Amino acid sequence: MIVTEGLSKRYPGVTALDRLTVSIGPGVTGLVGANGAGKSTLIKLLLGLAPASEGTSRVLDKDSATEGAAIRAQVGYMPEHDCLPPDVPATEFVVHMARMSGLPRAAARERTADTLRHVGLYEERYRPMGGYSTGMKQRVKLAQALVHDPRLVLLDEPTNGLDPAGRDEMLALIRRVHADFGISVLTTSHLLGELERVSDHVVVIDGGRLLRSEPIGGFTSSTTSLAVEVTDSDAHPNGATALHDALVAAGVAVRREGGRLVMVDIPPGEAGERGYDTVRDTVTDLGLGLIRMEQRRRRIAEVFSTRTDGTPADPTHPATPAPAAPAPVAQEGAGRRAE
Amino acid sequence: MPNDHAADPATTGGTPAGTATARGDARIHDIGYRGYDGPRLGRSHARRALVEQSVRGAFGIGRSAKSKILPMLLLAIMVLPAVIMVAVALVTNLDDLPLEYTRYAVMLQPVLGLYIALAAPQMVSLDLRYRTIPLYFSRPLERTDYVASKLAALATAIFLFTSLPLVVLYAGALLAELDAGDQTVGFLQGLAGAVVFALLHAAIALLVASLTPRRGFGVAAVIAVLTVPYFAATSLQVILHDLGNTAAAGWVGLLSPGTLMDGVQGAYLGGDTDFPPGSDPSAGGMGLAYLLVTVGLTALCSFLLVRRYRKEGI
Ligand SMILES: Nc1ncnc2c1ncn2[C@@H]1O[C@H](COP(=O)(O)OP(=O)(O)O)[C@@H](O)[C@H]1O
Ligand SMILES: [Mg+2]
Repeated sequence: MIVTEGLSKRYPGVTALDRLTVSIGPGVTGLVGANGAGKSTLIKLLLGLAPASEGTSRVLDKDSATEGAAIRAQVGYMPEHDCLPPDVPATEFVVHMARMSGLPRAAARERTADTLRHVGLYEERYRPMGGYSTGMKQRVKLAQALVHDPRLVLLDEPTNGLDPAGRDEMLALIRRVHADFGISVLTTSHLLGELERVSDHVVVIDGGRLLRSEPIGGFTSSTTSLAVEVTDSDAHPNGATALHDALVAAGVAVRREGGRLVMVDIPPGEAGERGYDTVRDTVTDLGLGLIRMEQRRRRIAEVFSTRTDGTPADPTHPATPAPAAPAPVAQEGAGRRAE
Repeated sequence: MPNDHAADPATTGGTPAGTATARGDARIHDIGYRGYDGPRLGRSHARRALVEQSVRGAFGIGRSAKSKILPMLLLAIMVLPAVIMVAVALVTNLDDLPLEYTRYAVMLQPVLGLYIALAAPQMVSLDLRYRTIPLYFSRPLERTDYVASKLAALATAIFLFTSLPLVVLYAGALLAELDAGDQTVGFLQGLAGAVVFALLHAAIALLVASLTPRRGFGVAAVIAVLTVPYFAATSLQVILHDLGNTAAAGWVGLLSPGTLMDGVQGAYLGGDTDFPPGSDPSAGGMGLAYLLVTVGLTALCSFLLVRRYRKEGI
């Protein structure tokens, strides 16, 4: 779907993309990075809207630099910012955008009706968009990106500004865009947690550089670590130190965090299962009390703990149970009709 | 087609997709996604659709009732004198219209200017203000397509606005059984003048309007650009003429869109001008300069407009 090679974009004084080489296949791909990481810039280069400073990118096997128009004919784009005129109803607006994509008038109307229904906009679609909630606006923005039935959509921060319920609905909708409509998705966010839930593949960039790119399975399995907190005992006045030393002796990858926490790397698969057992057994053998044992996605935490807006989902919350698959997506959420 | 699914709920339930929502059924039928394999008509179709939508917008058609008021009011004011002239011609059995076709737009320049000042920002400032531009440029449409479409749309709107009263005059003249040959020539000259006027003013006004996302500023700026040079040029013409320098008075007309237009019509479209006596441009010498400056200014503004949109929306 998308291949970039050494793709760079330099603005005066800023390198927005720095020799990014990545390849993205069909399905839902999450592009994660803190604000200013270069996500929006990448999308603009892919669409051929801005020239790269260096390197190349191909979308749907076409060169962004020279075949931009052909790419844009088959790709949909949802910008991160507001883009809807307030005094126009959604239907009229989306019909217009469909015609701008080259659809004949009748087809534009039909596709608009279908698409707005699929994104969950009903009677409201005849009212001017100025009165819409953020959630409804985001749906219209998504609809205009889908209305010409593209092969791929690029969604820039589609959950931006939504409340938790709205986020869930938008994520469910994104999942459906691929699962039900058969359209591949590249969606960006500065929150990895939410993209993990809908993506088949996640690409993390930071400062315009590629940090990782791998299937979601790789993420949930290889990135976990276990935070363990234990009581002290008479035999071990510092329980954390005792546990740390004992685990090191047992050959487990382990480190300290703060005064009380022992962080244990949990490898994927069966080795991980044994890892849990080792920790539990070690704690028991030492005669310590287990205060808590939490799973964390360590690298994600590392990527984001230094940069995000103070809501790094992972480190402060007990993680989801075990190396679970991405949370099942509520399929009906998006199609639900407001009563 | 409207009621084929209401007819038989049983069969409706059986069909897989397309017809849905049997009456009284609270459940929402999931109408499966249908792709689109129909034609994709590409840039030229998109350009045409954009022109059409923009021209309609310039008259408030397809927009709220409120946004129809001003354009329609101005159009009425624009046509009213023509209606009166026709009525007078019919009643009093005149043997010519009280005014040449080419004079009409010049006479009603304030109304025209107001309309242009309203229509130009309407055409571009909303897309800038609400940041809709990226949605256009993320489609096959190129920046030049967008600019060309908007220019064509504004020129069309101005032309319609200018030529509608001419049509009224012409129809009235034929009704009053004035000399059909003379009237037709005059009418065609009037239309030709309207084309030149529309292209020149569309380019200027659109460029000015595109410099600000605020519609109010746009309106004010367009009014300023159309009127201030006009009054300056016409005042200078009078002063120079009073000083006895009729040639210079003629040349000064090059300095504003309104007098430029007037001069072109005077030289090539058989009309009079508002210029002081003796300073009208002639077809050979000064007239040519008027024509060249008109074409050049239109081209320059169009070029600057394309440039202005080169970085927009990225
Ligand atoms: N048009 C531009 N001119 C100058 N700098 C820009 C421009 N667009 C983006 N940048 C800079 O490039 C970097 C990446 O921006 P962006 O791609 O918008 O990041 P993200 O979408 O990940 O938040 C930022 O430092 C930003 O300030
Ligand atoms: Mg961004």
